[in-house]
Amino acid sequence: MTISTGTNRAPGTARTSDQQESAEAAMLPSATPVQLVDPNGVHTPNESYPLPDGESLLAAYHKLVVGRRINDQANALVRQGRMAVYPSSHGQEACQVAAAVVLDHQDWLFPTYRDTVAVITRGVDPMEVLTLLRGDWHSGYDPLEHKVATQATPLATQLLHAVGVAHAAKLRGEDTVVLALCGDGATSEGDFHEALNFAAVFHVPVVFLIQNNEYAISVPLKSQTVAPSLAHKAIGYGMPGERVDGNDLAALLSVLGKAVTRARAGGGPTLVEAHTYRMQAHTNADDPSRYRSQDDVEKWIPKDPLSRMRTYLRDLAVLDDDGETRIAAAAEEMAATLRDGLNTDPVVNPEDLFNYVFTEKTSQLREQADLLRGELSREQSSEEVTP
Amino acid sequence: MTDTTERVIDPGTELPDGPPAGVLNGPERAAEARTVGPVTFAKALNAALADAMEADSSVVMFGEDVGALGGVFRITDGLTARFGTGRCFDTPLAEAGIMGMAVGMAMNGIRPVVEMQFDAFAYPAFEQVVSHVAKMPNRTKGKVKLPIVIRIPYAGGIGGVEHHCDSSESYYAHTPGLTVLAPATVRDAYTMLREAISYPDPVVFLEPKKLYWSKEVLDLAELKETFEASTAAPSIGRAVVARAGTDATLVAYGPSVPTAMAAAAAAAEEGRSLEVIDVRSIVPFDDETVCASVRKTGRAVVIAEAPGFASVAAEIVARIQERCFHSLAAPVRRVTGFDVPYPSPKLEHFFLPSVDRILDTVDELQWEDQA
Repeated sequence: MTISTGTNRAPGTARTSDQQESAEAAMLPSATPVQLVDPNGVHTPNESYPLPDGESLLAAYHKLVVGRRINDQANALVRQGRMAVYPSSHGQEACQVAAAVVLDHQDWLFPTYRDTVAVITRGVDPMEVLTLLRGDWHSGYDPLEHKVATQATPLATQLLHAVGVAHAAKLRGEDTVVLALCGDGATSEGDFHEALNFAAVFHVPVVFLIQNNEYAISVPLKSQTVAPSLAHKAIGYGMPGERVDGNDLAALLSVLGKAVTRARAGGGPTLVEAHTYRMQAHTNADDPSRYRSQDDVEKWIPKDPLSRMRTYLRDLAVLDDDGETRIAAAAEEMAATLRDGLNTDPVVNPEDLFNYVFTEKTSQLREQADLLRGELSREQSSEEVTP
Repeated sequence: MTDTTERVIDPGTELPDGPPAGVLNGPERAAEARTVGPVTFAKALNAALADAMEADSSVVMFGEDVGALGGVFRITDGLTARFGTGRCFDTPLAEAGIMGMAVGMAMNGIRPVVEMQFDAFAYPAFEQVVSHVAKMPNRTKGKVKLPIVIRIPYAGGIGGVEHHCDSSESYYAHTPGLTVLAPATVRDAYTMLREAISYPDPVVFLEPKKLYWSKEVLDLAELKETFEASTAAPSIGRAVVARAGTDATLVAYGPSVPTAMAAAAAAAEEGRSLEVIDVRSIVPFDDETVCASVRKTGRAVVIAEAPGFASVAAEIVARIQERCFHSLAAPVRRVTGFDVPYPSPKLEHFFLPSVDRILDTVDELQWEDQA
């Protein structure tokens, strides 16, 4: 039996070797990462990928500035002890914003722990998103309401869930595209392989976006793989791969937009590798000086996603001083929301330990809940009698 | 040049280009005529799957070789032919992939039933099971339910080679969030699988391989009607007294139940009345039924194939002693597999709990004060 590989070739049709070669070539990524706006803010034309219009870019740039502010504010709140941990996406905000804005309302986003900005950009309440990192529950938002999966802390496992959501959507006849995020380190996991293979075999509408930020905590990409690029892995599964400048918001919107359109039209999955850089530590508990030099980090400062888009939009005269003031105010408003939300202590309910293990508590869990309730009530009554 | 896209994977042929909305709601072929008479455990499971798929178009079955072949034990026989490749399909050979895809499908309105081909072949899926299947409802405070059934042909006694005979129930029972069932009768095979598929939480459904060919005289149509009319008491969370007795209690589940029943029959010939409890539902565990029996008899032996150390059997012993201490005339004992890897076919009969080993253990329950 023959299955479609996404080329829409009629099943059973024999292929000439020329067609075979061209089908294979179509799955390979471009020779260099797709770039539409260079680090100096200058448009670099690309015949395969159109430049988004100025208004779209301005709207996305607005989210980019807010996203940067989320990262900076969250880092500050960790230093102040208001949050347990924050894996920052500072420097990767273009990926974060693009992943969220290329999706429609009915689509799904599958984020990792580093993708807080993407989840907030998708429209989830920031305080609900930060529940995980504040430490009062594992996931604070309703994945079904927002069509945003829980932030995954195990690596690559969520890619399979993304394939499952897409396959179910297909069985149910829904117009749903799923965008699943992972990092460069996650491409070494077995679940990455199984997810891409399943997605290709079942021909499901999933876009896999690898944010290659060059480090998996301390381990550089060269220790994860010797493949020509991560995007090259796509052809091994029979799906197209593409690589894109992960700090170029315009290129990301164009490349991801094309992949989403293709998936929505029944063209199957795509693997996109975004080349970016983790400008900060893995988390606040990390010490990057043990595995990389500050010189290496500083090489990426001129490639920053915000500065090049600002220059481009100012040159295009889409962004002016008033616009910048308005965007800065929105960013400050977001920062204030985070500060206000995190400066109040969360109220946790110890009974919740037992409430969501099963739909109905087992007799064993009822006993354990009674035990804890008894302890707490004895504590409370001893506090009441002790002055 | 060879066409490299030639593959023998079934679902891709219809799914990529097939009518998406029609896959779940398309016409089904008529069910085959019902078997009234001797029914095997395997046939009861097969009928339960078919009836569940007929009753609810969101029930979707997938795994390795479950399509055209009907599963290596034929439990999914005929399902693809009857319901189409959208409803019962083969996947690539990857257990974590199967399990992870089931999680996503359950997040999006499907009730997946997955088959892990053999107990020990389920281990690649372990991370998906313990970190996601078991935890997702908890992580989201019940907002995301995962009504997944993980069917696992399990345990030994069939002369299988290594990695085909593990009793893996303790791994699952130890993981909060998983409901773990092990039917032992043909009737329970049908009813408990139907219950598992309708259950709101993920269920690990352990099918004792050696019982697949056991038979009971049953009317499957009647079982179906009884289940669908919801007139029967639920099995999940409830043990049953499989044989009434007065002198000691044998507690068993899954493949060990027939062994316990045989031991009780042999003991009766020697004048000793043994009660047999079929646990059925390892999680949630029915303390009440087990303890009521032990309080009556005053003695208990727990029987399971799995190695005894840190096992479900060990947990049951502890629970009985915590709850029935003053009713006990003797320490609660276990007859389990030895703490060794599952042995080769020619050695497995030394390893498995046997009638003699159970009877010897019952004899040691301090019927008289020892010197």
